[in-house]
Amino acid sequence: MVPDDRKYSQEHEWILQEDDIATIGVTDHAAGELGDVVFVELPEVGAEFNQGDSVGTIESVKAVADLYLPVSGEIVAVNEAVADSPELVNQSPLEDGWLMKVKLSDPSEFENLLGAAAYEGLLGG
Amino acid sequence: MSEQSELTRTPLNRWHREHGARMVPFAGYEMPVQYRGVLAEHATVRERVGLFDITHMGEIFVTGSAAETWLDGLVTNRVTGLAEGKIVYTALCNETGGILDDMLIYRLGAARWLVVCNAANRVPVVAWLQSRRPVAGVSIEDRSLEMSLVAVQGPYSRAVVGRLAALADRQDDFNELRFYSALNCTVDGEQWIVSRTGYTGEHGYELYVPNAALLPLWEELITHGGDRQIEPIGLAARDTLRFEVCYSLYGHELSEQTTPLEAGIGWAVKLKKQQFVGREALIAQKAAGVPRRLIGLAIEGRTIARQGAVVLSGGEVIGAVTSGTFSPTLKRSLALALVSSTSGVDDLEVEVRGRRFGCHVVTIPFLSARVKGDPEAERTLS
Repeated sequence: MVPDDRKYSQEHEWILQEDDIATIGVTDHAAGELGDVVFVELPEVGAEFNQGDSVGTIESVKAVADLYLPVSGEIVAVNEAVADSPELVNQSPLEDGWLMKVKLSDPSEFENLLGAAAYEGLLGG
Repeated sequence: MSEQSELTRTPLNRWHREHGARMVPFAGYEMPVQYRGVLAEHATVRERVGLFDITHMGEIFVTGSAAETWLDGLVTNRVTGLAEGKIVYTALCNETGGILDDMLIYRLGAARWLVVCNAANRVPVVAWLQSRRPVAGVSIEDRSLEMSLVAVQGPYSRAVVGRLAALADRQDDFNELRFYSALNCTVDGEQWIVSRTGYTGEHGYELYVPNAALLPLWEELITHGGDRQIEPIGLAARDTLRFEVCYSLYGHELSEQTTPLEAGIGWAVKLKKQQFVGREALIAQKAAGVPRRLIGLAIEGRTIARQGAVVLSGGEVIGAVTSGTFSPTLKRSLALALVSSTSGVDDLEVEVRGRRFGCHVVTIPFLSARVKGDPEAERTLS
């Protein structure tokens, strides 16, 4: 089930907007495809990136995946709990397993992201 | 024809799907790679008992009065003199000492042998054996497609397997079964083989049965293991389990470009034997100095250095990773690497996706196998 309180990227990330801050994580589908996550490499707080930049990696026993920033902006927080307990990404990808918070530099980028129905369509296709 | 339709399915294919397995193509078979999750499955085998469908493995029966000396003249380890019911691990090499496959050879009777090889190598290995078969005294029968194989591995494996109805009148034989030994059983008029072998570093058994017996056997094992929380285990955990105890994997530590002396299985090479394929090349390699060796690496941080990652010492490339993963038991990133024997191993780094990470040599195996002694004894982490 794909919650409709947030937006989604083609790279299977979710983006939850509150004012000018976006919280970012990976979807249930992505967590399932990766399998057991053993390491998450997150960017430095304060660093600025553009939409689509590779900002980190998610390492599972099976494979490694790049983490792409779905919206431009400054990293204002990363989830230290995930650094210590990477299994949070599998256990709670949409809540406790969030990865980072970004201060949006261009809120209009939200227009390029997928709604819940469109993301569900992406998974179905 | 699609790739999917060519895959062989084991008799448990439907069971795996009904029990949440993620199925993947593997060596021409469709096999379960994981059920509940690789870390949970790994822990189940280390702490309790797990069940593996490894029907993809190749079973080649070699029989005849000349089989003993013929096999001994082909493979690197010693086959002659093996007692009935005993098993030997060996490599099979080409003329230049490159590894064609690694395998178990069972002596089932005076003139009856079972060669168990890797699924991916089965067809070439059978062809290779056939091409060297003498005119008389040896027959070769590849029964891989009609036989299934289940592994039961973990500290409670003896308790669970010992409850099988098929072993009811063989309890003494079963309880006395030693590591790398096998029992022949007749069950409903069919031959089963139960051996104390495995690929996890835990006390365990492998059961070779006719395809039709696999599903009822599997379900019986799950029933008998219910009080020990037995679980099915996928190929992903099979790999992390064998990795921690540094059992070689063909296509990783072992390949035609590597000799057994380099790959760390020199103990399975008997250079003093009169004859085996690759003997002269291996004798020459040993005399000249084995050019590469297998080492264990601990990577700083949690980045995984996977197969192919380059290993550097003092900035110079000295070799490459053959297998690497996050060790679920030791909870750190570890790797096996084939490196130049003459290079130092100071100031080591591995290169992963263009970035270098510090690492250092650690003793292998990373974790000691506990395949002998009391199967339910506590493990002390090395």
